[in-house]
This record gives sequence, C-alpha cells and structure tokens, in this order.
Amino acid sequence: MFGRLTLDAIPFHEPILMVTMAIIMLGGAALVGGITYLGKWRYLWTEWFTTVDHKKIGVMYIIIAFVMMMRGFADAIMMRSQQVLSAAGETGYLPPHHYDQIFSAHGVIMIFFMAMPFIIGLMNIVIPLQIGARDVAFPFLNSLSFWLFVVGVVLINLSLFVGEFAQTGWLAYPPLSGKEYSPGVGVDYWIWALQISGIGTTLSGVNFFTTIMRLRTPSMPLMKMPVFTWASLCANVLIIISFPILTVTIALLTLDRYLGTHFFTNDMGGDMMMYVNLIWAWGHPEVYILVLPVFGVFSEVVATFSRKKLFGYTSLVWATVVITILAFVVWLHHFFTMGAGANVNAFFGIATMVISIPTGVKIFNWLFTMYRGRIKFTTPMLWTVGFMITFTIGGMTGVLLAVPAANFVLHNSLFLIAHFHNVIIGGVVFGCFAGFAYWFPKATGYMLDEKWGKRAFWFWITGFFVAFMPLYILGFMGMTRRLSQHIEPQYFPMLAIAAFGAVLILCGILCQIMQLYVTFRNREALRDVTGDPWDGRTLEWATSSPPPFYNFAHLPEGNELDAHWYQKERGETDQSRDYQPIHMPKNTGAGVIISAYALVFGFGLIWYIWWLVAIGVVGMIGTWIKHSFNEDVDYYVPVEEVKAIEEAHKARVAGASTKPVTNNDDEDEMEVEYAN
Amino acid sequence: MQTNAVDHHAHDEHHHDIGETKLLGFWIYLMSDCILFATLFATYAVLFTNTAGGPSGKDIFELPFVFTETMMLLFSSITFGFGMIAMKRKDVAGLKRWMYVTFLLGFGFVAMEVYEFHHLIEEGFGPDRSAFLSSFFTLVATHGLHVTAGLIWMVVCMVQLNTKGLNETMETRFQCLSLFWHFLDIVWICVFTIVYLLGVL
Repeated sequence: MFGRLTLDAIPFHEPILMVTMAIIMLGGAALVGGITYLGKWRYLWTEWFTTVDHKKIGVMYIIIAFVMMMRGFADAIMMRSQQVLSAAGETGYLPPHHYDQIFSAHGVIMIFFMAMPFIIGLMNIVIPLQIGARDVAFPFLNSLSFWLFVVGVVLINLSLFVGEFAQTGWLAYPPLSGKEYSPGVGVDYWIWALQISGIGTTLSGVNFFTTIMRLRTPSMPLMKMPVFTWASLCANVLIIISFPILTVTIALLTLDRYLGTHFFTNDMGGDMMMYVNLIWAWGHPEVYILVLPVFGVFSEVVATFSRKKLFGYTSLVWATVVITILAFVVWLHHFFTMGAGANVNAFFGIATMVISIPTGVKIFNWLFTMYRGRIKFTTPMLWTVGFMITFTIGGMTGVLLAVPAANFVLHNSLFLIAHFHNVIIGGVVFGCFAGFAYWFPKATGYMLDEKWGKRAFWFWITGFFVAFMPLYILGFMGMTRRLSQHIEPQYFPMLAIAAFGAVLILCGILCQIMQLYVTFRNREALRDVTGDPWDGRTLEWATSSPPPFYNFAHLPEGNELDAHWYQKERGETDQSRDYQPIHMPKNTGAGVIISAYALVFGFGLIWYIWWLVAIGVVGMIGTWIKHSFNEDVDYYVPVEEVKAIEEAHKARVAGASTKPVTNNDDEDEMEVEYAN
Repeated sequence: MQTNAVDHHAHDEHHHDIGETKLLGFWIYLMSDCILFATLFATYAVLFTNTAGGPSGKDIFELPFVFTETMMLLFSSITFGFGMIAMKRKDVAGLKRWMYVTFLLGFGFVAMEVYEFHHLIEEGFGPDRSAFLSSFFTLVATHGLHVTAGLIWMVVCMVQLNTKGLNETMETRFQCLSLFWHFLDIVWICVFTIVYLLGVL
C-alpha cells in the first residue's frame, strides 16, 4: 500500500533533525495559523498562487531563494564546524552518512534552489519591464514553471524528515548513485526534485526567449536592448540547449535504478564515464546560465551609478554571445583525469582558457565605465566593485585549473572548492544581491535601508575571503574535498580560520535580515514615489514603483540605448496622451494544480507507491487538457481603470516633487559630455 | 475572447500576434526536444557495440516489419499535410477526414512498435539485457511516447474542433501539432537510418 514508506523513514533517532523538524513545524503552524487568523488565504490564492503576473512570480521566486539560502547556509556552517572538530581530534557531531547528505544537499540547494530561482526571479521582474512589454509571452507557462520549481523545493525539504537525501555529492555520479551502492530513497529524492524543477526551467527558457524575441516594444531593435536583457537572452539560449541534456541524463539514471537498465552500471556494457560527460555537458553551460545574467546586472548597476553610458556596449554584447558558444566546448575540464589522452585534454584546457578573454573584455567594459564617472557607492555599486575584485581572483585560479597538468594535482582538492566558491559567491551571489538592492524599489515600491545593506556587504566580502582563501592553501597542502572524519591535525589552523569566515558570512546574512526589518519599519520614509529612485537609464524606470499590473499605459519608445535617460534629458517622459484598453492575461490555478499532481507523482515514485504515481500522471495530463478547453484566458482592462491608476500615480509624484531628487544639473551636463 | 468582439476596434492585430508568438515558442520548444533526442542518439552511439554477450542489432532487427512501420508514419505526415491544406481552405470536413486518417496511421505505428517491444522482451532481449538494448529501447520508446502524446493531443484537438469550430486558437493548435508531427517524422527517419539500417549492416 505505501511502498517503501514506513514509520522508520522518520529519523526519530537523529536529534538534530528532530529539533529542526520541530522548529519548522512550529514555524509552519504559526504561519498557517497567522494566515488563517488574518483571513488571508483567499487573498494569497487569488493574488499570488494563481497569478500570471511576471512581477509577482519573480517576487515569489526570490523569497524562496532567500529561504533556501538559509537552509544551504546552515548546511555550510555544519560542514565547516564538523571539519574543525575533526581536525582537532574530535569525532564531531556528524557521522559520515549524515555529513555526506549535507554536502550533497548543500550543493544541490545552492545551485538549483537558491541561485537559479534568484536569477530567474530577477529575469521575471526585470525583462518585460526593460523591453517595454506587459507580460511574458506565455503567462500560464510561467506560472507552471514556478510551481514545478516549488515541487522540487518541497521534495528536497521533505527528504530531511521523511527518509534521507542522496549521499553522492551534488551531481550523483554512478556507480555510487546506482541501485547497487545507493539502495535507499536519497538518490530518488535527488532525481525527482531535479527532474521536475528542471522541466520547469526548460519551460522558462522557452518562455523568456520568445518573450525577448517577440514582445519588445516595437521601436526596440536587438542591439538597443538593455544589457541585462541581452545577457538573459543568452542565458535562456543556454537553458534551451543544455537542460534537455540534464533531463535525459537524469532519466537514464532513473531507468538504471527503476528498470534495471545498464547505461551507467559496472557490468553488462554500461559506461559510467558517459554519465560524467553528459552531466557536465549540461553542467558547464549551467554555470554560465547563472553568471551571464549577473554580468548583465553589474552592467546596469555600473552604468547607473557611474552616471555614464556603458563603455563598449557592442563589445560587451558580443563577449556575452562568444561565452554562450564557448560554454559548450569546455565540459571535459571537469574531469581531465578521465584519461581521454593528452590531445583531448589540451583542446579542452585551451578552450577553457579562451573563455577568460571575453570575460576579461567585460571586466574592462565595467572598469572603463567607471573611469572618470561620477561614482555613487550605493549598496548595489558596492556589490559590483566587490564582485570585480573577487571574481577576477576566482577567474585566475580557474585558468590555473584549466592547465591539465596542474589539474591532475589539484582536482578533487579544496583548491577546486575554493575556486568555484570564489566565482559563484563572488560572481553569482554578489550579483544577485546587487540586483536585489538595485531592483527592490522597482518590485516593491520601497528603497532598501542603505546602512544595513552596506554592513551586510562588508561582512559578506570579508567573510568570503576569510572563509575561502584558507581553502586554496589547504588544497595545496593536499586536503581533498568531502572529508568529515579523521582529518589531519595540521589542517586545523586553516580550517579554524575558514570556520571563522563562515561566522562572518553569517553576520552578513543577519545584517540582510535586519536590513529587511529596518526597511519594513521605515517604509514610509523609504517609499519610492517617482518610480525612478536611482535616476536610472533603462525602461524599467519609466513606470511607477511597483509598476501597475499592465506595466506601461503606453508602450515606451526604445530605439536608443539608455532610452529612459535620454527621454528624461529631452523631457519626453510625460505620457498624457489618450489611454487605450489594455489586453491582459487572466489568472489561472492550472499551474498550481498540475504541480500539485507532479508532487504526488514524484513522491509516489520515490517511495514506490504506484497508485499515487498513477493519480499523479492522470491528474497532470487531465488538468492540462481541461486547461486547454478554457478559452476565457484574457481580457481588456477598460480605459477608465487605466486612467484612474495613471492619474493616481501622477498625483503622488506631483505631491512628492518638493523632495530633493537625486538628479541635479551639473551632473547631467557631465553625462552629456561623456555620452556624446 | 467574448470581450474582444465588443471592442475590437482598438486592439490592432493583437490576436494574430499571439498566434505567431505561440508558433515561435513552439518551434523553440521543438529545438529543445531535438537536443533531447540528440542526447539519446549520442548515448546509443556510445553504447551500441556494448552487447555484453547478448544480441546485436543484426540479430534482432526485422527490417521489413520496421519498414512497414516507417511507411505508416511517413504517410501520416503526408495526410497531416493534406489536413493542413484543408484547414487553410477553411474546409473543416476535409480537415477532420484527414485527421482521422492521420490518427489511424499514427496509432498503427505505435501498435506495431509495442508489438516489436513485446516480442523482444518475450525472447529475453529486454532493456535490462545489455547496454545496447537499454539504449535502443530508450531511444525508440522516447520517440514512441512522443507519438503517443501526439495522438492524445490529436484527440483533444478533434473534440475541441467539434465543440468550438475552427477559430483562430484552434488553427494555431493544429499548426503546432503539425509541426510536432513532422518533427517526430524527421526524428524517426534518423532512428530508422542510424538504429535499424546501420544496425543490420
């Protein structure tokens, strides 16, 4: 009846897990109780869960990304402390089977359930606004993508309390992840969490690609698109090409585990190195899926706060396109030790080093944008400068690792761990935070508190260097990754410093929580009335904050770079023309319902509860078909409603115009001088 | 849809645009599906010599049978094409007629494939016999699942055609389905060439 699921699946004997579970259950009960008490369920369902508004979906992505960052960071703190204890000669509090689940979960969560949703959340909020569109191309698919991603989040969190998670590392290499060596449900949780959310990601890629290609405001050619949109376009091309590879790879592993096929097994002709090739043929483009959009974020931030046009727009766009292509010819550098031979390794080593050229181009683009600019060190700008320094160091250690001979020594060591945290934290995470601070007023209508934002930045960046520079040294000393027991005592000092760095990062995270609290407390003073608090350059700043659900009453003109800036210069921002009815999609619950069945389906497969699987499949297909019969999917917003919303916004701006705006004249003159 | 009849003067060619956007989006989806099949073909190419003492393609493939199967699918593409021509002429009866034929051919294809699989498994040559058979079954069955999905989609479209008539939404849906169907045809040509023809060499 319940397949493999028995009461033994709940880890009663693990005090850490049971306490966590109790806290989460209490917190969850408080949340549910609170919502019920306030009578907000209907509001949540109609305004958020069923929404097809790209801005709201983006906000939900980012909220979940933050929550999952907490969980992934808790894993990190546990690993750091266990390693220190072990190097000090203690047993520590994490036995190997638990520790191995933690490092697997840490990697999976930080990449798939923190970085990805953060990036896709930013894309959701920003792309339609930057290209002057009213929503994405396929609003229902967007909602479905989000909820499929939520299914992945639910499954991976469920694995904490019902059963176990994979002990195989974040990419679950066979044969370790095969049935023979991992008979439990851990790898199955990994499989279904990634498979279901990965399909959502593929749909997002198709959706955003189509959105950017088809829904740009009519006057905007591709080469006048804001850089964030360009970078996201490239990232979405990468998603469309690489995520199907992940889907197939995981599906083949699934078949090995469920039907006894021999793709990656030791015997009967299976080839486990094929898995490693396939997973990295997806995995390497994946790191560019994460980093290209944040390059876009930095480009927007650096131009806005240097108060100059971005230096070398065309070269930056082409550098992005070149990285997109090269992303597919370097995957083998993740396993030079496979034994592919010197020539193959040399090819992939050189291809890897070549990628540093377009990346270097970008660094110079940003530097020359700052050169002789009137720089304002706001929080987003601090993250950007911090990124440029940190990421350059990470990039250089990457070039070191690209030398196959050096890689034979350093692979699987903490040097590698230090390298990829250097580029992912210093690149992706800083970029997400820069984008968060930069677009927070656009999404919510309130500025973030700067003081706590800056504190968070300084804790994060110092914490990062203190936590990860020792790992480079430990790598040279010979410490391999994923150790938890009987660690060499001579590693202790460096591990202790690294653990201290993790505590500094914790302070950074606490400052971020404090920042949100202070922002909430001072919300009236921090309100962004104009919709353009940073004196921005691109079209997302041409509408109010938060934008009305239809984004723009009139589709804006986008036939030049930094269109909004020059429109302001020429005084063209007032749009008091005739209003027209606006065509908008209607909310739908189909995405939530299909995803709920997907959750049932995934859970059934993990625990071999076949009747649940059947319910899931029939439910998903049936709901989709039922949805296709619904033709009442769109409507027109009447002119009166548009007019009322726009007039109210104008009245607020007029009421607030006594306040000093960041804009002042001599700076603008300077801008004109450089722009021409 | 009802509302735009009331005040369609202001809404330019919005609905036409939506159809075009859907077609582009569907093309992009097909390209991602193409990568999915490419990965499976690559897997097959790596594993097809790994027979682990079991049969190779030469031992188990029956070309005349598969050739018949192939012809059914190819003809179903032609009949779908005729259906689309009928749709362009707004000839709903013709569209329906050709779709029934297409469905029958597609169904026949899937039935023959199921028979072939059943036969192989009965003989003891199931997907768990060797890496070659694992990759063969997975590649061919993935295509078969796609065709099955296409058949379900076709049924849904026919029901909707009968209840709603041939409106713009339905035209876009048939266009997408037709792209899907022809795409599966092209994939099958690759399967037939790379798996079956090269297999019996």
